[in-house]
Amino acid sequence: MKVGIVRFPGSNCDEDAYHAVVDHLGAEAVFCWHKEHDLQGADLVILPGGFSYGDYLRPGAIARFSPIMREVVAHAERGAPVLAICNGFQIACEAGLLPGALLRNANLRFVCEQVHLRVESIATRFTSRYHINEVITVPVAHGDGRYTADADTLARLEGEGRVVFRYVDARGHVTDAANPNASQRNIAGIVNAAGNVLGMMPHPERAVDTLLGSADGLPLLHSLADSLMGGVAA
Amino acid sequence: MSPSQVQSRPGDPEITPALVKEHGITPAEYQKVLAMLGRTPTFTELGIVSALWSEHCSYKHSRPLLRTLPTEAPWVLQGPGENAGVIAVKDGIAVAFKIESHNHPSAVEPYQGAATGVGGILRDVFTMGARPIALLNSLRFGPLTSPRVRYLFSGVVKGIGDYGNCVGVPTVGGEVVFDPSYEGNPLVNAMCVGVLREEELIRAVAEGIGNPIIAVGARTGRDGIHGASFASEDLSAESESKRPRVQVGDPFTEKLLLEASLELIRSGHIVAIQDMGAAGLTSSSAEMAARGDVGVTIDMLKVPVREEGMTPYEIMLSESQERMLVVAHKGREAQVAEILARWDLEAAVIGEVIAEPVYRVTEGDRVVAEFPGIQLVTDCPTYVIDAVESPTLAAARAQDAHAVAPLDEEADPIWTLERLLSSPTIASKAWVWRQYDSMVRTSTIMGPGSDAAVVRLRGTDAAIALCIDGNGRYVSLDPRMGGRIAVAEAARNVACTGARPRAITNNLNFGNPTRPEVYFQLREAVAGMGEACRTLETPVTGGNVSLYNENPQGAIHPTPTVGMVGVLDSLDHVTPSAFQTPGDSIVLLGDNTDEIGASEYLQHVHGLAIGAPPASDPAMERRLIDALLDAIRAGHVRSAHDCSDGGLAVALAECAMLRRDQPLGFAVDLTSWADLPLRALLFGEAQARVVVSTPDPHAVLAVAQAHGVPATVIGRVTPADDGIDFLIGAISAHSAIAPLARAFHDTIPGIMDGDPAAAAAAESSATPTTV
Repeated sequence: MKVGIVRFPGSNCDEDAYHAVVDHLGAEAVFCWHKEHDLQGADLVILPGGFSYGDYLRPGAIARFSPIMREVVAHAERGAPVLAICNGFQIACEAGLLPGALLRNANLRFVCEQVHLRVESIATRFTSRYHINEVITVPVAHGDGRYTADADTLARLEGEGRVVFRYVDARGHVTDAANPNASQRNIAGIVNAAGNVLGMMPHPERAVDTLLGSADGLPLLHSLADSLMGGVAA
Repeated sequence: MSPSQVQSRPGDPEITPALVKEHGITPAEYQKVLAMLGRTPTFTELGIVSALWSEHCSYKHSRPLLRTLPTEAPWVLQGPGENAGVIAVKDGIAVAFKIESHNHPSAVEPYQGAATGVGGILRDVFTMGARPIALLNSLRFGPLTSPRVRYLFSGVVKGIGDYGNCVGVPTVGGEVVFDPSYEGNPLVNAMCVGVLREEELIRAVAEGIGNPIIAVGARTGRDGIHGASFASEDLSAESESKRPRVQVGDPFTEKLLLEASLELIRSGHIVAIQDMGAAGLTSSSAEMAARGDVGVTIDMLKVPVREEGMTPYEIMLSESQERMLVVAHKGREAQVAEILARWDLEAAVIGEVIAEPVYRVTEGDRVVAEFPGIQLVTDCPTYVIDAVESPTLAAARAQDAHAVAPLDEEADPIWTLERLLSSPTIASKAWVWRQYDSMVRTSTIMGPGSDAAVVRLRGTDAAIALCIDGNGRYVSLDPRMGGRIAVAEAARNVACTGARPRAITNNLNFGNPTRPEVYFQLREAVAGMGEACRTLETPVTGGNVSLYNENPQGAIHPTPTVGMVGVLDSLDHVTPSAFQTPGDSIVLLGDNTDEIGASEYLQHVHGLAIGAPPASDPAMERRLIDALLDAIRAGHVRSAHDCSDGGLAVALAECAMLRRDQPLGFAVDLTSWADLPLRALLFGEAQARVVVSTPDPHAVLAVAQAHGVPATVIGRVTPADDGIDFLIGAISAHSAIAPLARAFHDTIPGIMDGDPAAAAAAESSATPTTV
């Protein structure tokens, strides 16, 4: 499995994604420069966190026009997997790979902390290694993470089982207190209709080592490796 | 060209005594300028001198004192005088680090003032060839009861967060103190730490005749003109009108500049690189030339500017952010430009290193400023002031803290404990650090809220421990002792995580040094720091001096802050602050004493800053640290937390509930000290004490004894449901965890987000009571 990590000007979780993939998953990873058109034969594309173009205008709004994004969209349209984390999720929404938008956190403040997520679906190529309703610990770090979509979109996401992660308390209950940004329906991560693009605000690449607080993000990477190497359908 | 060809520009104001004074240059200093030039300076020259000879750039009142500090150790690769200090860590890996203040800008424009402070300290570190891996900060504000203070506090925190978060460097620790003395003059000190391989170290020394000087990064605008001079005068009613002297930050450009600079340094195309920080192009070019003892010439018409019609005076003094000055190897200009273009950054050759011993500024063919040799930097006067201790502060120190009558409520020590835990200075700062990305770069083993932050060095099994400490009230009441304690407490904090303290960077935040009582504080505090640094073998590798922290209400507490770097040889030694396991024994390393003076207890419960601070013996601190590290390395220690603000009772309570979601209880018997006044025992701030939890108390006692450190088993860790228990002879006190945890964790969110009545209640202690 080869992982392509896109580097926009202002990406700053690109190296963390690299180390998660190479040091903890044992897979190959390459960086893909935003000004180029080459995904270098990557099987999986990661849109990493950070502040692409300084979040100017609004997060992700400029990055979606980067040359490399044409290739990322084509990659996704071929059904190949894209993991869009934090700023990557914002970019994926701006680029139309995922529905909805990520607005400024309700309290208008950046939030960085470990949060609990409930795995809402294990029928995706990103989550097959988890148990359904498993509560995992993964950090968030963002100022614009309030997931928002219109009623039809939300109904479709819920109806099609495309809400993959939800913010919950330690016991797995959906509460307002457990929702760090006031996302609608505590949504932390969703997949597209074809199931090959996952967008999530929490950082699974930061949760790969108990030394740093949690290794609960590793099964996500292993699930992807399974799907790519075992040919498991999305 | 000869000096006689230096010309005033049409439209430049005439040099009058009033203009000289306005530039903060004294008549005696002006005489030195005349002697150096042999003629009247031009307006541009006056501006250049004003910036370089400002307190901020020249350290003219502090340099003779700073020279007394120890700066050497076998592991120090770069001491003071460069953009940042550097120490060797392990296996060819080194760390660069420095602290810097942005007090004055933050007082008038908290968001941009704090943000650009972070930007400047990042640049100081990556211009050494080091990749920034951690940020810390040390903040001081007035009481949160004031709406203005809440505005400053939230603005500063947001400014720090937005900048560091965007650049992608984790903010891993720091401290926040609230005290009336900082009401009109908040302190914002930011520290950055970067990692490099020893052979990647680069110094900001201009050399190589004919080498081009290149301006890199953002264009030069009119923002921040005279920022360095602004930072070198007292704050006043007019300070608000100097808001345009505060720079505006752009962390996105900073991130590009960081990546491009590291690529440039590693490319071998450049000789030297320096941030255009305080006093911008003036200081960066003059300082690089002086370090290399070479001449330079720079042409104002070649500097990329943001606005039309900027004069040489404005260009030389602008403090526009995110700019660097580079000396490249001759003939490599194109390669340098290519690297910068990849990051969408501009580069312009603006001058060159010359053999002729002059510092020259031109505007095309016209020479607008020219100084002989490097005298502009070397001739700056230094001052030693006759120091006299303030009689008021001496009298405050002499007051007998034991004579302060306890409040009726203090009959229950739990009441006092809860009160102290809700002091904003002691209470959890999670409200602050949740706004900082403390985890990016996935190396933060222990983040904010621990005794010190611990950051691993990827590719090794080593880590560094980092903290900032300083207690202005101690320094105010006894500057010598306060200086010692600032260093000792920082060392203790780092050691509690399992790290050997290695070196410090310091930030001296004081009032107007020309006042004898302020100079006394500065001199004595530096002496105290030097004593502790020598005994603890933690040399000073650089730092910053921020004077003139005064406003019409008076001066701040003299506040030296110490940024400490420690090294953990193995990740196995990482030790948390909080209790981990019920049943563990609690051991107190060090001894309890009858010292309550200058304590947070007197300040927060009685509104008094009186009495002598606790005595600090650096040799005792050294033995304590050695014993603690031996016990940790032998695997006997499950947690370690130092006693500081609020004393032993607060330290124990913090050990129990720092982890809000996993609290534990404790039961301690302090009967051995039953003859001490109860409040001194529980809330006094005796130095050289650490609370340790251990499964093997006898082993810890044996290690302590071998080092000559007092050690006592005082109790054990209990399940959270058992709450906390104190037994002191005939006195016993008990509390559940929940009310104490609420006081500790909910106070600051309550003030900042909750209802104002709760805020007022929590802060009512600001009202002094009678002795």
